[in-house]
Amino acid sequence: MKSWSSRRARYALLQALYVASLATIILTFILLARIKLAQQGINSGFDFLWKSTGWEMTFALVPTSPSDPYWWVLLMGFLNTLLVGVLGLTLATALGIVIGTARISSNTALRIIGTVYVQLVRNVPLLVQVFFWYALITRLPSPKNAINIGGVFLSNRGLYVPRLNVEAWATLASAAIFAAMLLVCLWLSVFARAGWLHAKRQPLMAGSVASGLAIMTMLFVMGHQTGTPFVDEPVFRGLNFRGGSHIQPEFFTIVLAIAIFGGAYVGEIVRGGFLAVSPGQIEAARSLGLKTWHVFSRIQFPLAMRAMLPMLTNQYIWLIKATTLGIVVGFADLFMVIATAITQSGQTLEMLGILMGAFLLINITIATVSNRINSAIALKGHQARG
Amino acid sequence: MSELNLSLPLAPTVARVASRRVIKRLLSVLLSAACLSMLIWVAWLCFEWAFVNATVSSDARQAECVAGGGACWSVIVNRWRLIFFGLYPFEEHWRSVAACSIIVVTVILSCVPALWTATRLGILWLVGFTGFYILMRGGLFGLSLIREEQWGGLSLTLFIFSASVLIGMPLAIVLALLRDTKLPWISKSTGLIIDTIRSLPLLSILFAFAVVLPFMLPDMMVGEKLYRVIVAYALYFAAYQAEIIRGGLQGVPKGQDEAAKAMGMSYRHRMAYVLLPQAFRTSLPATINQFVVAFMETSLVVVVGFFDLLASGNAAYRTAEWTFAFVEVYAFIAAIYFIFSFGLSQYGAYLERRMGLGKR
Repeated sequence: MKSWSSRRARYALLQALYVASLATIILTFILLARIKLAQQGINSGFDFLWKSTGWEMTFALVPTSPSDPYWWVLLMGFLNTLLVGVLGLTLATALGIVIGTARISSNTALRIIGTVYVQLVRNVPLLVQVFFWYALITRLPSPKNAINIGGVFLSNRGLYVPRLNVEAWATLASAAIFAAMLLVCLWLSVFARAGWLHAKRQPLMAGSVASGLAIMTMLFVMGHQTGTPFVDEPVFRGLNFRGGSHIQPEFFTIVLAIAIFGGAYVGEIVRGGFLAVSPGQIEAARSLGLKTWHVFSRIQFPLAMRAMLPMLTNQYIWLIKATTLGIVVGFADLFMVIATAITQSGQTLEMLGILMGAFLLINITIATVSNRINSAIALKGHQARG
Repeated sequence: MSELNLSLPLAPTVARVASRRVIKRLLSVLLSAACLSMLIWVAWLCFEWAFVNATVSSDARQAECVAGGGACWSVIVNRWRLIFFGLYPFEEHWRSVAACSIIVVTVILSCVPALWTATRLGILWLVGFTGFYILMRGGLFGLSLIREEQWGGLSLTLFIFSASVLIGMPLAIVLALLRDTKLPWISKSTGLIIDTIRSLPLLSILFAFAVVLPFMLPDMMVGEKLYRVIVAYALYFAAYQAEIIRGGLQGVPKGQDEAAKAMGMSYRHRMAYVLLPQAFRTSLPATINQFVVAFMETSLVVVVGFFDLLASGNAAYRTAEWTFAFVEVYAFIAAIYFIFSFGLSQYGAYLERRMGLGKR
């Protein structure tokens, strides 16, 4: 029979051994890598970040050139990843809500459509879908015969959409105002002291949306480039479109694929969330005389949201990671920039470290925000009833 | 919006209720009719494209297919060997077929509850996998040697999948147990490893193992590219599966562990005979879902330059004569992936129903 203290000593030794061997493996790996890299004439360290790259990005929010330093190109890649992520997740959520509602509706035809969509999309690898959409988009008619959908032109060179003729600062400022408006609404609806989605906060929310929109309109009017029409529509002239904004096929493909693929998964989460609301709660609300809309907005939606949020967080993190698939169509997201930078500069360890750090940052941000919301909307002083 | 209006609504007369219900019913019927007719129309268009107007003759090219107005299955008729076998030598294709059948049979056999013990499943998979490997690689029993670089198509996809699951599953159990111990340093450092792997995109791990590793390690530690990729997949699978097993372990009632302790069972026996079997039982649907995800994610090897099912499909239409037929080729590949993953996920859903989980 071993005494208590000797068992404790054994456990301590075991732990020390485990942690030490892990550390040894990792350190040996880094050391070996540095020796091998040094043999190839690559100096470790982050000095290279200030050197110019010598290659050009295929897609960036701000025009880049081969003389830009590495840190700038990496930042642009990170922004591209964020842009695809935000757009893809927003569209996937919107589509998912539609699909999820169709899946639980009382209408048989809608249910069948929803089921077919979900099964078809979920059981085919995302990469096959990305390749398919890219092949489809690059085989659209040439700009000359572009498909016109209400002023938006679809062609094999991507999407041409109308844009406002405003200065860059006005666009940036209004984007900031828009983001602030969304944050204020989120704050008011979730973290309000009276409880989330409380009716008393709704006039305040309406007010903030109205003032945000008013400021944005003002900014657009102030930033209007004089002597140009307010709306710049793409027009076909010569061999290509002039005016408007151009959305590259690569960007369009990856956003479309993420939206369609994510929509099926979000749809299943939405469906699960609404099915988790026990019918008794809804019947109780109805028997109290609440209108259908109030039953939905006060009972069904808040309860379903609580069930959905943890799963939605995981799904969002998964989808953000999936945006790296853009590399197969040549979209210059963070991963592609890093892969190119590794083959061009050889700064392998540093680049892998940056990649890890960037994705950790994104994941931790999503997880923190959602945990905050989760604890803010959790039922207080109650056990969740099954 | 103001306070809820909780005063009594207008007294419901027979006429009011009836008219409201009639309108609701009418709207619902209209919506149903619209949706159903759209559904039937789309289904008919697909059917017409795929069967009625399709061209299947092996001599047909773009002109004949366009004239037919439907799908051009001629591309599949001409290129199916490339899609299924990749660069595998033509005379030996039967070996690839036999090897794939072995894996499929192994998967089907693993779904039989009578085989659900660690030893039986372990033996089944080892036998199945060894059979697959010997058939594919040859060099034994008079079969000619075919190196891994020449493997391709469906058999490469199945090889990566089964090898990574075979390595990943034991690794997942080890990781889950390490994370679940009461020793804080061990569980925390294991947790850090698992969370780091889970937070990275699979593609970046594949890239690091397949492309970057040879630049970083001494040549003798590098090994062949295909096996490095398999290790990367196994790690990623294990990190996710470990969390699923841990969830299952946490779902086992405390009393079970205490009762086993009271009977004087050692840690090893408690885990092997009491806790892990129950943990696997409750986490079975999630595990099968993870298998489906792992199977579909094998398609990512395209990015690091392997000739799997998807890559050989890409090659099948990227020639001058078939470049128009990409929809047919992708539909064909998607159908193959669909059969595997839909079958497996439906089995998972069946298990979930049978176990009475998922009922709320």
